[in-house]
Amino acid sequence: MSALVRLTDVARTFDVSAPWLDRALGGKARALLRAVDGVSFEIPRGETLGLVGESGCGKSTVARLIVGLHAPSRGTIEYDGVALAGPGADSVPAGRRRQARRSMQMIFQDPYASLNPRWRVSDIVAEPILAQDARPPGAAIGERVRGLLAQVGLAAADGAKYPHQFSGGQRQRISIARALATEPAFIVCDEPTSALDVSVQAQVLNLMRDLQRRLGLTYLFISHNLAVVHHVADRVGVMYLGRIVEIAPTPSLFAAPAHPYTRMLLDAVPDLRMTGTARTAVTGEVPNPLDPPSGCSFHPRCPFADARCRSEIPMLRDASTGGKVACHAVDEGRLAPRTPAVR
Amino acid sequence: MTASVSDVVVAGRFASKARAAWDSDLLWSFRRSPVAIVAFAVLVACVAGAVFAPWIAPQHPYDLASLNLLDALAPPAWVSGSKPGFLLGTDDQGRDVLSTILFGARISLFVGIASVALAAAVGIGAGLVAGYAGGRIDATIMRGADVQLSFPAILIALLIDGVARAVLPHESHGEVAIAVLILAIAASNWVQYARTVRGSTMVEKGKEYVQAARVIGISPLGIMRRHLMPNVMGPVLVLATINIATAIVIEATLSFLGVGVPPTQPSLGTLIRIGNDFLFSGEWWITVFPGAALVAIVLAINLLGDWLRDALNPKLR
Repeated sequence: MSALVRLTDVARTFDVSAPWLDRALGGKARALLRAVDGVSFEIPRGETLGLVGESGCGKSTVARLIVGLHAPSRGTIEYDGVALAGPGADSVPAGRRRQARRSMQMIFQDPYASLNPRWRVSDIVAEPILAQDARPPGAAIGERVRGLLAQVGLAAADGAKYPHQFSGGQRQRISIARALATEPAFIVCDEPTSALDVSVQAQVLNLMRDLQRRLGLTYLFISHNLAVVHHVADRVGVMYLGRIVEIAPTPSLFAAPAHPYTRMLLDAVPDLRMTGTARTAVTGEVPNPLDPPSGCSFHPRCPFADARCRSEIPMLRDASTGGKVACHAVDEGRLAPRTPAVR
Repeated sequence: MTASVSDVVVAGRFASKARAAWDSDLLWSFRRSPVAIVAFAVLVACVAGAVFAPWIAPQHPYDLASLNLLDALAPPAWVSGSKPGFLLGTDDQGRDVLSTILFGARISLFVGIASVALAAAVGIGAGLVAGYAGGRIDATIMRGADVQLSFPAILIALLIDGVARAVLPHESHGEVAIAVLILAIAASNWVQYARTVRGSTMVEKGKEYVQAARVIGISPLGIMRRHLMPNVMGPVLVLATINIATAIVIEATLSFLGVGVPPTQPSLGTLIRIGNDFLFSGEWWITVFPGAALVAIVLAINLLGDWLRDALNPKLR
């Protein structure tokens, strides 16, 4: 299957230095934050890639890089064979790039902040349609907005209301309707359910899965909630401090996690079958991304770290589980893949 | 038939809109605030008097044919020695003080509103661009604003007025005086709007609905105009209301100092200055009544502005 979205060695550095005057007077050095550091993956058409990791690991930055809210500092982002950012992008006509951008949309985390409070719902949903180059006639837009609202389970009359008249789950449905307005092929979902109640989460997730099946959508699904990712993703990438440490098909990642960090995350998930047994909590804290550790960035928290881990950054390599792992211990065979029976 | 049905629908929609407006938070708070109601009534009376001055004033004070020097310096109607027809007395040229106030308020209100409109337009634009673009553009605009803010408003107005007087030929001064005045007051006021709008813009632009608009492909100008502006207008509205009063006072001050509007089109400030010359010879009404009118207008606007600020502040509801 051909890849719809392909990231090659994408990195993004943010300048978080103090203002120029403070640096000049206080003798402070420039501070650069590597939010994303050499991330490569591809998403085949019609699939869902889940991206998990702790807060601050760069998941959301990856999402913003793909939709163009940030420009990458390094690397290439391709969509449907069109280079959107990176060395090859300049040779692509701006019209092609804009067209490609139009066919990707984003659903945001906070349904209370992602809808303009002063706009009516019908105007919010119609905005992407009106932003297109070829604007359909007014009557067709109204028809389309009603259709979109129906598609996400809202009544046509809801179009006349304002966002504050809706609950969080309904607002997220409005967000989804807006994202679908230009008939995109690819939707980036940045923690779309983490601000919702558990019961509403399931409804929204099922709606998204339903739409994927009906419209053949491709998702990048970002979440810190492993259960949610297990439910929606075909493949899962685990991020740690700006890098992907493991990427594998969902069943094999959950059944036989290879990377020590993935194991740690999975062990921390509450499980009814394990009631009574002590759970291993995720120990340690994410290191300061302004001053990342040498070698493998996970080594300060890793029980299997040795001298090589402290000095050499591990690369993503094919693992026996069918995915890719960036870990010296797994590579050298010091750490055997966990068998499904253990969990 | 269809026309009448649609008429009914339109009328019904209008009625429901009117009802919704009547029940809205703002009007509800207005109905519960006696201060706001009184201030609004005073302001409406003043504005109506100013707007309809040519029709309701007992005399046209700048029509020389209607003036009679024998009527000069008549005291108000309730003071002995008054002449019939001059409720608030007359000045040294036989002009009815009430009529001059009505005509003067016209100019004062026009200058106040026009200068606030100009300052708000410039300030909102600069604030939106500075807040949304950030970086160097922001630094340039805001440092310019800082420099501007380090001069007192009256000084800037005096400077612009002085330059305009020096540059423009003497004959044309009377015609452009009001425009110069509006420009001068606006130039000293736009910074407040720019700062307010920049602050709110920086908060709003980090919100996800702005990012959603960027993902959709809306241009920066479109985002500023359609997304950011409606969401940053609340504080600007309050500021503009109170600034109309400030602008009227600055205009009065400049006119009092003699650099404002020409004596052929006197504003309230000019009237106070003219009357000031007669204060010590006992003709107090020439300066006191225009002064009282100025105080009434400014106080009413300020009270309305205070009420609006409280009504729009969700924390005080």
